[in-house]
Amino acid sequence: MGAEFVQFSLTPILIGVFSAIACALPGNFLILRRQALIGDAISHVVLPGIVVAFLVTGVVAAIPMLLGAAGAAIVAVILIEAVKRLGNIEPGAAMGVVFTAMFAAGVLILEQTDTSKVHLDVEHALMGNLESLIWFRAEGWHSLLDPAALATLPDELPRIAVVCAIVVALTLIFWRWLKIATFDEGFAQALGIPATALGFGLVVTAAVAAVAAFDAVGSIIVIAMFICPPAAARLMTNRLEHQIWWSAVFATLSAVLGYVFAGYGPLWFGAQNAVSAAGMIASVSGVILGLACLFAPHRNRVGVGKEEAA
Amino acid sequence: MTTTQQPIVAAQDGRATRPAAVPTGAPLAVRGVTVSYGEKPAVFSVDATFPAEAMSAIIGPNGAGKSTLLKAALGVIPRLSGEVYVFGQPVEKARERIAYVPQRASVDWDFPTTVMDVVQMGLYRKVGLLGRLSGQMAARARDCLDRVGMADFSHRQIGQLSGGQQQRVFLARALAQDADLYLLDEPFAGVDAATERAIIDVLKLLKAEGKAVVAVHHDLSTVSDYFDHVFLINVRRIAEGPVSDTFTTGNLQATYGGRLAATHLDELPVAGGV
Repeated sequence: MGAEFVQFSLTPILIGVFSAIACALPGNFLILRRQALIGDAISHVVLPGIVVAFLVTGVVAAIPMLLGAAGAAIVAVILIEAVKRLGNIEPGAAMGVVFTAMFAAGVLILEQTDTSKVHLDVEHALMGNLESLIWFRAEGWHSLLDPAALATLPDELPRIAVVCAIVVALTLIFWRWLKIATFDEGFAQALGIPATALGFGLVVTAAVAAVAAFDAVGSIIVIAMFICPPAAARLMTNRLEHQIWWSAVFATLSAVLGYVFAGYGPLWFGAQNAVSAAGMIASVSGVILGLACLFAPHRNRVGVGKEEAA
Repeated sequence: MTTTQQPIVAAQDGRATRPAAVPTGAPLAVRGVTVSYGEKPAVFSVDATFPAEAMSAIIGPNGAGKSTLLKAALGVIPRLSGEVYVFGQPVEKARERIAYVPQRASVDWDFPTTVMDVVQMGLYRKVGLLGRLSGQMAARARDCLDRVGMADFSHRQIGQLSGGQQQRVFLARALAQDADLYLLDEPFAGVDAATERAIIDVLKLLKAEGKAVVAVHHDLSTVSDYFDHVFLINVRRIAEGPVSDTFTTGNLQATYGGRLAATHLDELPVAGGV
């Protein structure tokens, strides 16, 4: 592991790990609130949000894209509520209708507008381009101490690192609210905890994590990371505190193993080309969930209804 | 117990413009509360006053708005109109004086948490968002679990409890809130006889300590045994007052309409006279 690793693999792996953790943390609460599909919805509505932000500003820049995606997530949440209430439609169906319609609108706008000069296309949106986020100026581990080389790190790395740190900080700060309101929303409201705003904030946080990750790793990985690591983590423990740690461990494992398998796996089997890192990371997270379902210590409890659990 | 952090009488906060009908220092007073889920109101323009140092029951048929009234009083669901006073103050300003036991079926018992964790949620108003749980407060939580006979289960995952045990844990969490007004939503629904006995003993002790207890209750046969005061509701207020003169056949018929067979009424230990 030398210069080549630092140059070609270190930054994509770090970006993958930060993306995975930033998505997995809010994913824990989304799953416990039976809102796993919201993660899916968010990662889809991010696309129209980014496209509209690009059309308005004319540049592919981090801040407008984050704002656009967060705005789109808010619009989606409002639309989902509206469809649910006005149409008297069950929540899952309401989410499905809203996020597919918004995603499709995003694809249409993207096709109709001249984005050819910038790196914004449907394939990129789905798969990301983790493999291309390499550190050209790096000459080895010592480059980590070289300011000139550090200045040439791909922009995505500091961006996702900051977003990941914000997500971790929000999780710590609002831990008690999140725990009480996720377990018993009515009790939380009776205590004066603003549970509705908290739920909204959770979705917006997830949206910000999604868009920061989306830029680098695409929406496939975002969907997988919202659900697979937290779901596997739930099977490992009966304590929320431990579940959060497990989800971070599984997210990290998925990102590292997925990237390595995608880059080197095909070579081990005699194939010529690497496969998509995003696809492989998502697949590894799925395999981890599968293994957890088969072997984890608390696998019997997940998915049991209220009656069976009693 | 030194729980009175805020003035009890509403008149002291200087709002002299309020009409005379508005409360009093009653533990819970509801004025003109209307709640609607769709176009049809679930609770319509209800006035209710629940007395101090008493156990009160909210009674009515299914869909009469019993739980809805309780939740609307707490602000758990929004009110279309009306006001709620707790010891004479708007409910929003008196949250630390209220303890709440929601319906057991309203939460997911598969949630990854322990019995002790749930009871400690009742300490939230004292601990705050970021405060540390002191050893003294942890001891309080253990004490509350002990009062409902669940001390041996503190490290159990909550999904591994029976329905009655879950209900006791909810009651312990309310005790940890150390309130003056206890609001319970169907505390006896689906629990075993031993648990029902244990819960009623704890509630009677609370009353003896001078607390007010208000429970949504559905078992008419135990009303006279358990409660002092009764509030009858069927979307609108039907009647309220001491069990001895309000829990009558006539009032029950007015509340339940044809849904309560006359033979059934005969078997109830209702107050004399129609």
